[in-house]
Amino acid sequence: MDPKPATTSGYIRPPVIEPGHTFTSVTEKISAIVLTRRHPFSWFFGLTVGFLMTMMLMMALTYLLIKGTGIWGINVPVGWGFAIINFVWWIGIGHAGTLISAILLLLNQDWRTSINRFAEAMTLFAVACAAIFPLVHTGRPWLAAYWLFPYPNSMGVWPQFRSPLIWDVFAVGTYATVSLLFWYTGLVPDLATLRDRAKRVWVARLYGALALGWRGSARHWARYETAYLLLAGLSTPLVLSVHTVVSFDFAVSIIPGWHATIFPPYFVAGAIYAGFAMVLTLAIPLRAIYGLQDFITMRHIENMAKVMLVTGLIVGYGYVMEAFFGWYSANRYESFMIWNRMTGPYAPYYWALIFCNIITPQWIWFKRVRTTPILLFMVAMVVNVGMWLERFVIVVTSLHRDFLPSSWGMFHATRWDYMTFFGTIGLFVTLFFLFIRVLPMISIFEMRTIVPGAKVKGAEPH
Amino acid sequence: MDQTRPTYGLMAEFDDPTALVAAARQTYAEGYRQFDSYSPFPIHELFDAMKCEDRRVPLFVLLGGIVGAVVGFGLQAWVSAVAYPLNIGGRPFISWPMFIPVTFELTILFAALTAVLSWILLSGLPLPYHPVFNVPRFATASQDRFFLAIEAVDPKFDRKRTFEFLQSLGPREINDVEA
Repeated sequence: MDPKPATTSGYIRPPVIEPGHTFTSVTEKISAIVLTRRHPFSWFFGLTVGFLMTMMLMMALTYLLIKGTGIWGINVPVGWGFAIINFVWWIGIGHAGTLISAILLLLNQDWRTSINRFAEAMTLFAVACAAIFPLVHTGRPWLAAYWLFPYPNSMGVWPQFRSPLIWDVFAVGTYATVSLLFWYTGLVPDLATLRDRAKRVWVARLYGALALGWRGSARHWARYETAYLLLAGLSTPLVLSVHTVVSFDFAVSIIPGWHATIFPPYFVAGAIYAGFAMVLTLAIPLRAIYGLQDFITMRHIENMAKVMLVTGLIVGYGYVMEAFFGWYSANRYESFMIWNRMTGPYAPYYWALIFCNIITPQWIWFKRVRTTPILLFMVAMVVNVGMWLERFVIVVTSLHRDFLPSSWGMFHATRWDYMTFFGTIGLFVTLFFLFIRVLPMISIFEMRTIVPGAKVKGAEPH
Repeated sequence: MDQTRPTYGLMAEFDDPTALVAAARQTYAEGYRQFDSYSPFPIHELFDAMKCEDRRVPLFVLLGGIVGAVVGFGLQAWVSAVAYPLNIGGRPFISWPMFIPVTFELTILFAALTAVLSWILLSGLPLPYHPVFNVPRFATASQDRFFLAIEAVDPKFDRKRTFEFLQSLGPREINDVEA
């Protein structure tokens, strides 16, 4: 590895891995978390809280299936409530994982190596939480099968392929599948490591079965790398398409506040913004609790903060443009919508969203904030909240003032809405805590490639 | 060492990637073709040394993508024009711009599935048993050690001569791999 490059200001850029690590130390340190180390109290505590919240989700969903969607706060005119808000929020969070694992790989950013594994896991779990909402918001998910999937059924009915809601099914379905494939492909060599290091036979057998008999053959590696790169290349347009299609759910309609051409890029930027906030929310406690400061260095934390700042500014531009379009369109419904958003009954939500998503992240301009994990964690938490508020504002304020004042109304979320929402957070936490218990949360084989000893000496330039 | 038992080949162990790449290059130059190198992470110089680029993977992925595109568009066109035509104000049944998102998603889906299936199946995986695992030291191949195994099926393989050749590469140790 290159010596630390010193800049003119005398500032030394932190490395992507602290010096002194070898293949052995990297392997031992990461695999020990799964195989030998005792888990801290905070792990059991987090899992318990997550599990209890998951049980709350189960209760909320069971009652939903018994009573139907009437238990939620949705009604005319706000027919889309928490379900779509939470769906878009979760799907957005998922985007950072793919961005880190695919786009940063194609851009040759070596700092992705320490964070891609758990960011991909975060993607999978976020997509799983997201997928719950469109399924259950039908109230009768078993009927959704023939509404959503094109299969020959006894009624001779087929889905409407001109609807963005069907595009969503294919986009999210593909995204979940490809994310899972990408994650599993990355895991196989590490599963082989766990197989070879496991002390107990059944553990070795379990990891061995999952590792498919991987033996690190160069012929396999060559094929593996080609496939991995192609998967990254395929995931890149895919991840951009997913939130674009999600934004089509809104933009293809004719509701003021939804019918906007800026939606696809604005949604994609918002997704990456929310996702990086969540990656930071997870990474900062993880590195502190498991002592991973050698692998997730300040360089990673700072870079993620910078990505968050940039995408946050793009999102800010989106808000400004929404307001500008409202005025410039000279359409009375458009201008009323934006005026109502800023001064109407939901104005506190709007200004809270501006505070969370535009004002708070400006702290990241300060180096002190970027290099103080606790401050950055707080900023990321605020952004997590802000991105949820953004979806709330888009969905609810656009609907609650219908074209005719006689149809105006308000949205009041019920306890079942909140139980379902917080329940999915519990599900996410549970899945994530189980993940860090049974799988290596940092890609071991990729960490080996950035250890100083990994460079082949005297080889002709490649 | 017992020379009467059937053998898969001879395996040499190296300490670092540089030594393994040099060894692989010499083994190839010596005329051996049925040999393999084992490392805990991908080493690009090694792929060059062993000339083991598999050009079928990108080709299969391209074909998978094309099949996905055709299936995706064909499914929607068939559903919308043949199986369930809805006449809405005389608008065309095959309104192709509306079919692009699903066509795109299925292109990616099929290509990605092909990519994963190609690296697994072309590598002969899943394979729960392989003779190289008979060498106890081989457990470190997935951790921090580097191995090169010349297989007995290679026409140039001769237990004694190959052993001497491997010795000349300066390995840490050489093991017989039982079949």
